[in-house]
Amino acid sequence: MKMLLRLIAAAALAATLVPSILVASGAIGLETQKTVMFAGMILWFATAPFVMARDRSR
Amino acid sequence: MENRSVVAENKPSPGGSAADEFERESVPESRLKGLRSYIGMFAGEHAAGTEFAIGPLFVAHGVTAFDVLVGLLLGNFMAVLSWRFLCAPIAVRVRQTMYYQLERICGVRLVTVYNLANGLMFCFLAGAMIAVSATAVGIPFKMKMPGLNDWLPNSIGWIVVVLVVGLVISIVAARGYDAVARFANIASPWMVLVFLACGIAALPRLGIHSPADFWPVAKSVVWTGVPIEGQAQYSFWHVFCFAWFCNLAMHVGMADLSIFRYARKASYGFASAAGMYVGHYMAWISAALLFAVQLQADPSNTTVAPGPMAVGIAGWAGAACVIIAGWTTANPTIYRAGLAFQILFRNWSRFRVTLIAGAVATFGAMFPALVMKLLDFVALYGLILMPMGTVIFLDYWVLPKLRLTSFYAERTGVATNWAAAAAWILTLGFCLALLLLGGIEKFFLFIPGWFIAAALYIAGSMIIQKRAYRRIEP
Repeated sequence: MKMLLRLIAAAALAATLVPSILVASGAIGLETQKTVMFAGMILWFATAPFVMARDRSR
Repeated sequence: MENRSVVAENKPSPGGSAADEFERESVPESRLKGLRSYIGMFAGEHAAGTEFAIGPLFVAHGVTAFDVLVGLLLGNFMAVLSWRFLCAPIAVRVRQTMYYQLERICGVRLVTVYNLANGLMFCFLAGAMIAVSATAVGIPFKMKMPGLNDWLPNSIGWIVVVLVVGLVISIVAARGYDAVARFANIASPWMVLVFLACGIAALPRLGIHSPADFWPVAKSVVWTGVPIEGQAQYSFWHVFCFAWFCNLAMHVGMADLSIFRYARKASYGFASAAGMYVGHYMAWISAALLFAVQLQADPSNTTVAPGPMAVGIAGWAGAACVIIAGWTTANPTIYRAGLAFQILFRNWSRFRVTLIAGAVATFGAMFPALVMKLLDFVALYGLILMPMGTVIFLDYWVLPKLRLTSFYAERTGVATNWAAAAAWILTLGFCLALLLLGGIEKFFLFIPGWFIAAALYIAGSMIIQKRAYRRIEP
C-alpha cells in the first residue's frame, strides 16, 4: 500500500510537469495539458498527505 | 518573498512545525537539524503567492532580458552570501532567537517597538498575498481585475472578494496555523512544479520552439527594455539589488537567526540557494513569461492579476496554485502579525488580536497599489527592519574588539539601549533624507544604510557605555 501511494504521488507530480514539456515540444495542446495538470493536482492532494506523513514519522 | 516572520517566538523550525521551544535559551546539541531540512524548507517557503506578481512587475518596469537573467542570478547569489556569512555564523555560535538576542542587546521596550513595526509590515505583506489570492477567487464571478495603475479599489466585486478571502484567512489564522503549515508543506513540491510548468508551457505561445529561439524572443517580446506607460524604468542594478534585499529582514536583518540556530554548521546558510533559485529565479521568470503571454494576446491588458494569468496557461490547477500560494503564505504572516501586536494588547486573547491583524491586512488588500507597487513596499519593508540586524552583527563581532560591552541591556538592566535606538531611528531618517533630498532610489538605500547604522551604533555605544561606567566607578 505504501509503495502504491508513493507511485501515485510521483505520477501526480509527473502529471503536473510533463504535460508542459509536451506542450513546449508541440506533442499535445494547451487544453490537454490543463486537464492532465488538474488530474495531477487531485491525485497529489489525495496521496501526498499520507506519503509525507509516513516520511515524517520515519 | 517568503512566509516566515521575524517574530521569533513562533518561528518554524526547519523540518518541523512551530518552534515554541528554546525561546530564551540556546538550542542544545541534541536538537540540531541536518542540511536536508534546510534545503527543503527554503525551497518550499520561497514559492509564495507574491512571486506571481514580482516577475510581471519587472516586465512592466521595462528591464531587459540581460538585466533579469543575470541581475537575478547575481542578486540572489548576494542574498545567499548574506545568509551564509552575516546571519548563520552568529546563529550557530549563540543559538538563540533573533527576538531574544535583540532583547538582550536593546532592552524590552525597544524590542516592543521593533515588534510593532514588524507586525504592521506583516499586515501589509499579508494584504498583498490576500490580493493575489483574490485575483484567482474572482475569476468564476467575472470580477473586474485591478489595473497596473490602480491604487484604489476598482469595483465593488473586488472589495467583496478581498473581504471574503481576507475573512477566511484571518479566521483560520486566528485559530492557529499548525494545520495550514502542514497543508503548506504538502502543497509546496506541487506548487514549485506548477510554477515551472507555467513557464515551460508559456514558451511556445511566445514563439519559442527551440532553445535557439529563447534569447531573441526574451529580448524582443518578454523583457523588451521598454516600460509600460506610467511605470518607472528599472535597470540591471534595480533587479540585482531587489533580488538581494527581497529578504533583507531575514539575512542582513538577522531574523533568520531563529532558523539557523538549529543548524549544525554555518555553511548551512548556503541552503538558502534552494529558495533563491527556485522561488526568486525560476518562479519570477515563469511569472514574467505568463505576463508576456497576456501582453502578447492583448497589449492593452497590463493588469498584474496572477489568477487569470495562471488559468490561461495551467487551467484550474493554475488557479488553485495562486489561491494556495497566497493563502498558505498570508496565513502564518497574519498569525505572526497578531503575535507581534499582542505585546501591545497583553490582556486581549490571541484570537482577537489575530483577527484585528487580519482586518488590517484585508483592508490593505483592498488597495491594488499594495500588489502593483509590491517592489516598492518590499524595499521599504527590508529597509525599516535592517538596522536592527546591523546592531546584532556589530554587537557580536565588533564591540568586544573595541572593549565595549555586548548584550548591553541584559548586563545593565536598561529597558532601552539608546545606542541601538539611535542607530535604528537615525538610520531611517538618514535614508529618508537620501531618498528625498539626495535623489537615491529606495532600491539602493540599504547599502549606505547598513554602514550608517554601523557607525551610529558604535559611536552611540562608546558614548553611552563610557558614561554608564563613569557613573559606576567614581
